[in-house]
Amino acid sequence: MSINGHKVINIMDKIADAMEENKLYLTELDAAIGDGDHGLNMSKGFQAVKEKLKEDEETNIGEILKKTGMTLVSNVGGASGPLYGTAFMKAGMEVNGKEEINIADFERMLKAALDGIKLRGKAERNDKTMIDAIEPALNAVSNAIRQELSPKDVLKAAADAANEGVAFTKEIVARKGRASYLGERSIGHQDPGATSSALIFDIIYKEL
Amino acid sequence: MVGLVIVSHSQKLAEGVRDLAAQMAAEVPIAVAGGTGDERIGTDANKIIAGIKEVYSEDGVLIIFDLGSAYLNAEMAIEFLEDEMKEKTEIIDVAFVEGTVMAAVLSSVGKKRQEMKEELKELCVGKMP
Ligand SMILES: [Mg+2]
Repeated sequence: MSINGHKVINIMDKIADAMEENKLYLTELDAAIGDGDHGLNMSKGFQAVKEKLKEDEETNIGEILKKTGMTLVSNVGGASGPLYGTAFMKAGMEVNGKEEINIADFERMLKAALDGIKLRGKAERNDKTMIDAIEPALNAVSNAIRQELSPKDVLKAAADAANEGVAFTKEIVARKGRASYLGERSIGHQDPGATSSALIFDIIYKEL
Repeated sequence: MVGLVIVSHSQKLAEGVRDLAAQMAAEVPIAVAGGTGDERIGTDANKIIAGIKEVYSEDGVLIIFDLGSAYLNAEMAIEFLEDEMKEKTEIIDVAFVEGTVMAAVLSSVGKKRQEMKEELKELCVGKMP
């Protein structure tokens, strides 16, 4: 299975719709332990991406992801702007010039995105951030590919692992971002950034 | 003179701190980059880039930020600059109000970037991730 640029743009549209639908939910999660802007930020950012890619005939998937990243940086507002922006730009660099990508490319893109996020945010797993969804998802992808599962099953494993990662963020103390000011009081709340990351994995799984 | 860029989640906060610093050192080029592109609370790499370009000279620029995403966006902004400007633009970790005022004063008396950074260390609050 491989997908082309048109499909990638289509997935970005669906992510934008999902962020719009979950705007209130993400905002409520962020209001509990942060500044309450994550839903609006993500929905604004991805609506801008949807708008930017509308009727775009670009076939180079690297270029599509770069545009996505740049648009997120310029339109999100919170820390998730530079973080998701970096993630999509780094993923794009992995597949620059390609008009089709397969599941092995996806693994490399995800790895590059995760490394970019860690570097930009100076964060690691268990800091209660989006990394707690993305790193388990990457590990699940690598394992599933090694077990020679179908691409669809690989993506399901990624989405499941990301969602388990989100659930785990309830158990831990926030060490990054505005939530870190709450210390122990952040326990019991799930991380909004991890949640929006898991939403993205859900969409990628559903749409392929 | 070393230019300053004040990055804040709030445009009002950035402007207020600039006003304070300008009382002490009116001649120092100080740009503000507050809020998002659509005037919400947040920070915007594009505004920071514009701020750097506004106050840039051969002496370089120091960026002072309030918290969190302000730092991430400031880093992002520097990455988008051309090489020469990139090398002479740095983010510093200082108490937002006191650090801005002191930086403005140091710049106004002709201190170089390196000397300023050295002296501003005493106002470091450890907010860089
Ligand atoms: Mg927030």
